[in-house]
Amino acid sequence: MSERTLIKGNEAAAWGAIAGGCRQFFGYPITPQNQIPEFMAEHLIEVGGTYLQAESELAAINMVYGAAATGARVMTSSSGPGISLMQEGLSYMVGARLPCVIINIQRGGPGLGNIGPSQADYFMATRGAGHGDGSGLTFAPYSVQELHDWTMKAFEIAERYRTPVTILGDGILGQMQEPCRLAPWDKSPTPLGEPTKRFDWAVGGSRKGRERRIINSLHINLDALEENNHILFDAYAEAARNEVVWDEYGHEEPDLLLCAYGICARVCETVTEWAAESGLKLRLLRPVSLYPFPTAPLQEWASRVKRIVTVELSMGQLVQDVRLAVEGRCPVDLVSRTGGCFLTPEEVLEKVKELSQ
Amino acid sequence: MSTTCDPEVKVIYREPETLSGTSMRYCPGCTHGIAHRLVAEAVEELGLGDRTIALASVGCSVFAYEYFGLDSIQVSHGRAPAVATGVKRTRPENIVFSYQGDGDLASIGMSEVIHAAGRAENITVVFINNGVFGMTQGQMAPTTLLGMKTTTTPRGRDAEANGLPMQICELLATLPGVAYLARETMISPRHVRAAKKSIKKAFEAQVACAGFSLVELVSTCPTWWGKSPMEAAEWLEQEMLPQYPLGVFKDWTEGQK
Repeated sequence: MSERTLIKGNEAAAWGAIAGGCRQFFGYPITPQNQIPEFMAEHLIEVGGTYLQAESELAAINMVYGAAATGARVMTSSSGPGISLMQEGLSYMVGARLPCVIINIQRGGPGLGNIGPSQADYFMATRGAGHGDGSGLTFAPYSVQELHDWTMKAFEIAERYRTPVTILGDGILGQMQEPCRLAPWDKSPTPLGEPTKRFDWAVGGSRKGRERRIINSLHINLDALEENNHILFDAYAEAARNEVVWDEYGHEEPDLLLCAYGICARVCETVTEWAAESGLKLRLLRPVSLYPFPTAPLQEWASRVKRIVTVELSMGQLVQDVRLAVEGRCPVDLVSRTGGCFLTPEEVLEKVKELSQ
Repeated sequence: MSTTCDPEVKVIYREPETLSGTSMRYCPGCTHGIAHRLVAEAVEELGLGDRTIALASVGCSVFAYEYFGLDSIQVSHGRAPAVATGVKRTRPENIVFSYQGDGDLASIGMSEVIHAAGRAENITVVFINNGVFGMTQGQMAPTTLLGMKTTTTPRGRDAEANGLPMQICELLATLPGVAYLARETMISPRHVRAAKKSIKKAFEAQVACAGFSLVELVSTCPTWWGKSPMEAAEWLEQEMLPQYPLGVFKDWTEGQK
């Protein structure tokens, strides 16, 4: 489909989810992501799916757990405070190896914070999924089109690695409108067929002719839990081989490398262009997969540039991954704002110019 | 399972196939074992064994997924009715029940059970009320009686300091989404038979898509009550039942008669 539709980021994400085979949605209202559950409430019924507004985010993620246990393509969406509440349920899903998709349209924190754009849930998304060893995979789109595409793709990735996948957006990305190529929907309630036949672990349906199945994260035997955790990390290692995605933009022989994801990468593209006009050679490396992290390309650039400047809407979270990746090959600086405040290209360019002196 | 080759010998008692045959780890005199068996028998007798999903919660019954011979899900503390909702909304053809203690359901999971009942979710809850947190070694539960000693009410539960016991059936009975609601116990054969009847009716409500069903089973915990199995049964009758009176609180079929 080549025709483009002007659509809000949140709605494009919801559209992409249905195109990706999502038929179950459980959620709880929170700004700035409300257009996702509203879209699902309107449209999931058209494809034989289920939308349910839970009594809390605690309940919502556990409804997701129940649906995921049956092998369904299921998702929830929220923003920081709600995602905090979901951490317990996510930990159980990680432990029980259940696939699902979570969209976090970040807002300013900590606490109730505000509804401005933020990237301060980076740690929660990349290290999170509650307590214990294990996390999920995290991808960060930077346009309405990518929000649509990655949400669609996330379900398949979640199933491939049997893990929750987080799509990490922010208040601007969720609320802004852009032209987007929308993927078609399969109108079937089970577009991929009977889940208990697709997966050898899914419960439900008729048990006639097969052994009973157990979804579980309890391993009272210490060695059994250790073995389980190695299985989880084998999956993350496999994802690190197959699912690392990044984009680059700007000068081929840069003095400085910018590193930014999501909405900040949009700003940095402009900064890269403006810098060229004043003779400053910049290149942007934009991680799309945040976990697994694009360590190798960052290491390569770190040996070729004077410094790396990380640009993000937090007190410095992505910057820590960048520093871990480059292992001291070059200095890594941070340009950031917090609390729901936004960075303009002018502001970033000025600070980058200072750092390049 | 007992079998015989002699056609003259009739099998009148056997373990239901809806139990896995795994040995249970419950303390002597604890009524969890009877409750498991009653649930398993009800599921089997209603012909639901091939399509029932059991939800094990957190507490002494955390290993219920090992004991039931059914597709099972182990879930987080208190959230079983939410998980059951997710399962049932995705797989309406399946029968879903959660098995939860009073710490799980009446304390941390009060919100989930009330809202599942409020939505008239077609799920069944088996609620074990023994007035104490068993697995974590005998702390106070919301259902602990006034004056009752636990490891966190060492001088006995005091209304001012620790709050008052909560009655789950009486709370849930106010909600129109509840199809079947009963409180039973298992301290005598007569009580066991009544409990089984209620558990069966609860599952029947789900089969008929009549709404939410819950059976509370007032249970013993000899270990943390500090009593012998016989003393525990007597204490239950004398002390627990006045606070938690037995009976059917709601039965959706009564209006149909």
